[in-house]
Amino acid sequence: MKWFKSKGQIDFVGKKSIALSISALMILLSFAVFFFKGIKYGIDFAGGTLIEVKFDKTVPLDKVREALEEGGMSDAILQPFGEQNEILIKTKATPEAIEAIKTTVRESLTQKVSSEFEIRRVELVGPKVGKDLRSKGIKALIFCIIGILLYITWRFEFRFALGAVIALIHDVLISLGIYTLAGKEVNLPTVAALLTILGYSLNDTIVVYDRIRENMKKMSTALEVIINRSINEVMKRSVLTSFTTIIPMIVIWSLGLGILKDFSFIIIFGIIVGTYSSIYIASPVVLFFEKKAKR
Amino acid sequence: MKGWLKGKVILNVVVLVCAIYVILPTVLKLGPEDRLPLLHKERVRLGLDLQGGTHLLLEVKSEEAVYSVLERLKNELKDAMKKKEVYALSVERSKDRVYVQLLNEEMSKPFDDLLKEDFPSLRVMGQQKKADDSLVLELSLLPEEEREVKEMAVEQALETIRNRVDQLGVLEPEIARQGQDRILVQLPGIKDPERAKAIIGKTAMLEFKLVDEEHSLEEALSGKVPEGSVLLYGTVRDRETGRVKKVPYLLKEPTLLTGDALSDARVAFDQFNRPYISLKFTSWGAKEFERITGENVGKRLAIILDGTVYSAPVIRERISGGRAVIEGDFTLEEARDLAVVLRAGALPAPVSVLEERTVGPSLGKDLVDKGFRAIVLGVLLVLAFMVLYYRWAGLIADLALVLNVLLVLAIMVLIKATLTLPGVAGLALTVGMSVDANILIFERIKEELKGGRPFWTAVDLGYSRALVTILDAQITTLIAAAVLFQFGTGPIRGFAVTLTLGILTNLFTAIVMTKTVFDLLRQGYRVKELKI
Repeated sequence: MKWFKSKGQIDFVGKKSIALSISALMILLSFAVFFFKGIKYGIDFAGGTLIEVKFDKTVPLDKVREALEEGGMSDAILQPFGEQNEILIKTKATPEAIEAIKTTVRESLTQKVSSEFEIRRVELVGPKVGKDLRSKGIKALIFCIIGILLYITWRFEFRFALGAVIALIHDVLISLGIYTLAGKEVNLPTVAALLTILGYSLNDTIVVYDRIRENMKKMSTALEVIINRSINEVMKRSVLTSFTTIIPMIVIWSLGLGILKDFSFIIIFGIIVGTYSSIYIASPVVLFFEKKAKR
Repeated sequence: MKGWLKGKVILNVVVLVCAIYVILPTVLKLGPEDRLPLLHKERVRLGLDLQGGTHLLLEVKSEEAVYSVLERLKNELKDAMKKKEVYALSVERSKDRVYVQLLNEEMSKPFDDLLKEDFPSLRVMGQQKKADDSLVLELSLLPEEEREVKEMAVEQALETIRNRVDQLGVLEPEIARQGQDRILVQLPGIKDPERAKAIIGKTAMLEFKLVDEEHSLEEALSGKVPEGSVLLYGTVRDRETGRVKKVPYLLKEPTLLTGDALSDARVAFDQFNRPYISLKFTSWGAKEFERITGENVGKRLAIILDGTVYSAPVIRERISGGRAVIEGDFTLEEARDLAVVLRAGALPAPVSVLEERTVGPSLGKDLVDKGFRAIVLGVLLVLAFMVLYYRWAGLIADLALVLNVLLVLAIMVLIKATLTLPGVAGLALTVGMSVDANILIFERIKEELKGGRPFWTAVDLGYSRALVTILDAQITTLIAAAVLFQFGTGPIRGFAVTLTLGILTNLFTAIVMTKTVFDLLRQGYRVKELKI
């Protein structure tokens, strides 16, 4: 079946200045988002308490807020979650206070809100653990990038590794930028999602590199021509795979599987950005270093 | 059919059958109770976030164990100094230091001798001469001794918590040490997480001390606690108003007996049907208790738990037989939980909760149902797409995809890995990625066909040329998964597990299995060409 009309003669490399400008702009915008809106850390990293309550029927948030304020929990942040009649209550609490908080929530809600409810989930992360998890998350990202750098240098060449890593950083920054712009919180699953995006985008990049390596052996033309041809040859596969990977993620996102909703959100964008970067960013960067080396 | 092809077909069929056999109980949702004779017994284990339960990360305040060891040494040192006539103005402990104020410098030599001989675990950190000729020495535990005490405290806390959890009746709890002084407790399917936490976290330090009846309680309350005595409180609940009142007790400082001497603790009822706790001593504890009560007939013996006085009955006679009771205003539940912690023994140091994650059973069930729907829907959509796009070859890839998901779950059952909510996401990603290898191969075949090769040559070339690419590409995802496994905790590890297994089984299903089907079509059924 032929869904792709083109005969595979798109001049990707020729458009590299446009692509690089778009990417640079996106990264700048992401930094602007980090700077002005700020990355919102969830309780995994910031510490605090989170209580998920499910009501029998839809209860207005204001009413719950009122009830909690009367119970002395005016610092609580409420937000709807998952289905219609579920809310998340977040407070900055110490481990010692959690029983008191649960009791307060239970008592205030029983008195003021005329609906049956159930406390479905309680999560409490002390400040010490939050700090630990944060450093673990950052370490994970760094080790991942180092591992990848080593592997590609071993399998290809160092300039390829550089190209891949630049593309990866590009992907992580832009995905996180979109995620932050959407006002979502960074938690442990977010880090897992970012690492997955790294792995995935790299997967795409390597398929391109692999073809470049193969064509370099067969042809003796300029690297620019080889790269262009290689991208054209594997582009269809990149798009197809991205498509099949995005399908299940969209299903998860639309079913709203608890914490997986945000997780699938960032992965969907990560895959799109990752597919773009492996076509337009990773290889032109290799070319850039090639030209530098020749001078 | 050639021999090697027959072998490959058999291999594939065996793998498929084994996977289905292992996974069947999970799919049919069989519980452990309906064990059918021929079926595999294990099901996929669900993480706490999917089956409900409590995850607790506790920190043992091991420095408190050091304090109590020093406190004991301080008391021994005081006695020894009296005996050896080494005079001191004061011997005090503050946190992990003991300060001895010797009368004058002449005392320093005998004191050093005493320390060397009888207290080898203490060392002098510094000394300071005062204006009144006295000498203040600062003592602490030797560093290796301190490490040992802390280490023992954490190990003993782990053991005690294990004992207590055993009493809670949780199926398959997990209690493990993490790092220096942390203990991870996982209680799947627990009904009352608050009670569990109260039982696990209670220090349960039981002490017996004599009541100081020689000094005035009033004077002690006004701030003048006599040397060698301590002021502690008990609580009394007013039966009519229900109000809790604090009652002060003046007690002699030395602890005569601790919870170590207990062998058992049970709830019993008095003639008014009020619960109390009946204690049974070990044989050594019984002898001690007999001696103590024999020496102190007519005096009051206070029973103290975690610094609260529960009762202070008068000793009427020497008590032999190794039994004692704790009376108090207990509800039945309080009495029962108290008996549990006393039976399991005291924590050597208090613990604090660093992290708690509790998922109710209904939420877990919701997530399992939704997760199952998500995976099935995701698989169906990808299956449909592959058939639409690659026709017959797509069908072959679809077979591989289904087997891939089955294999991941089957291996998880076999290695007893845990499926968590992020693990479900890993499975969904596997679904998408697992057709990737086939897409790579098929695209390559199409290219070879375009280059004018005959169909079956193109297939062989497609497989052999795509293989390197597939390996290179998957290994990088494996690197990411390995890092995740290393740095992640519970649920995130579950994600790394499904992702890793997905990639590994994918190499088998997408390459070996689909190639077998192609070979079978070519050799077995003599198919000339396949639409791709």
